[in-house]
Amino acid sequence: MIKREAVVIGAGPAGLSAAIEAAKRDADVLLIDESLKAGGQLFKQIHKFFGSSAHRSGIRGIDIGKELLEEAKKYGVEIWLNCVATGLFKEKKIAVEKSLDNQNKTAEIIKAEKIVIATGASENAIAFEGWTLPGVMGAGAAQTMANIHNVLPGEKILMIGSGNVGLIVSYQLLQAGAEVVGVLEAAPEIGGYGVHAAKIVRAGVPIHTSTTIVEARGDEKNGVKEAVVCDVDDCWQPIKGQEKIYEVDTITIAAGLKPLMELARMHGCRCDFIPQLGGWLPLHDKNMETTYPGIYVAGDSAGVEEANTALEEGRLAGVAIAESLGYIHSNKASSIKNEIWNRVDGLRLGPFGESRLEAKEKIIKTFQ
Amino acid sequence: MPDRVNDHPILGDTTRKETVNITVDGQKIEAKKGEMIAAALFANGIRINRYTIKREEPRGIFCGIGQCTDCAMTVNGKPNVRTCVTPVEEGMVVKTQYGVGEREKNDD
Repeated sequence: MIKREAVVIGAGPAGLSAAIEAAKRDADVLLIDESLKAGGQLFKQIHKFFGSSAHRSGIRGIDIGKELLEEAKKYGVEIWLNCVATGLFKEKKIAVEKSLDNQNKTAEIIKAEKIVIATGASENAIAFEGWTLPGVMGAGAAQTMANIHNVLPGEKILMIGSGNVGLIVSYQLLQAGAEVVGVLEAAPEIGGYGVHAAKIVRAGVPIHTSTTIVEARGDEKNGVKEAVVCDVDDCWQPIKGQEKIYEVDTITIAAGLKPLMELARMHGCRCDFIPQLGGWLPLHDKNMETTYPGIYVAGDSAGVEEANTALEEGRLAGVAIAESLGYIHSNKASSIKNEIWNRVDGLRLGPFGESRLEAKEKIIKTFQ
Repeated sequence: MPDRVNDHPILGDTTRKETVNITVDGQKIEAKKGEMIAAALFANGIRINRYTIKREEPRGIFCGIGQCTDCAMTVNGKPNVRTCVTPVEEGMVVKTQYGVGEREKNDD
């Protein structure tokens, strides 16, 4: 067993910023990530971020990722890649599995004084006839193929779901050279921002509301060949006899995300089901600390929002850790955290942010 | 057939020049150095990675980031390798996996 002052699990926007904020105040920080490269999902986000200038709006996710990696290096954050945190055991012990699937794996136990869980979220799937056929995939998988591996996931694609992920990935698939035949939305209204929807509509991609997929058809040798879609009624049930068929080779699912909170639950951190934030998640206070002292949570694993919020939550956790380890005076820490909280509140405005703000405030109140 | 993206309006020239050779079910294919096995397969028109144990149904890429394990294949004799998060190496031998796969004798 080895010992570390602070261990951050997950090197996405939340984990990187938590590690940076703690390390820049002289904490000894180990950041672990399962991927070959740090950055989480930032390097597939080739679009410009939203928000005000204080939130670095207008900057692409890929560029924010590069800056964070440089900062982490500058402040001496130790980074272990290809490392999966497979368990969190009592008294803050982390089980880590090292190496790729085709190599010999080794295990390590790390005892940490402070832990940040920044494991992100996973895509929700929706089940329909034929949904396991090759060619049906998460929107995130298609985005990874196009933007990271630079391989088209398909030629003719149908997107299921019109939240921001569905809309943005549809646009990015067009940019990569694929044809997106349409975006389906079961709700009567488009789920994501109007600006993203307008972009793909201008590019000629129709968005069909009150419509769902009922079947993916294909064969065992080639995978998907057709998508059967159907209008839904007021109770979201398919209206029989109204089926339409699209000839597509790929169907991508953008049906929301849910927090990856298994590690927090495993350690006994109190969790609750918060639908506005994606489902089950560990509760946290204003320092992003869970009900178990010394275990913090940040980013999508603390409730699904977007990358800017994840960055800010990570910073909060990082500053709070530096404070509790005695690297920064509590007066100074308070003023830094207040500044961050002002920016976070600014990200939770408007019709899309309000329900998240309300949910987060309710979570924090449970601690008072 | 899916294709490589070589010229991208945001990312610019994404052409990958260095190549490695791998074998997939006995067929030689060209992959780009450092890319994931699943990406190389996709670029070569292969999108079935395995068949399930009970119903023998085909499976392909689903999450693309190592979470779902649908893309598992037998690599250099070792089954259950997640091809979406495992990079290609020169001379790598990749096989479609049936069921849970079987560890081959030459596995080190």
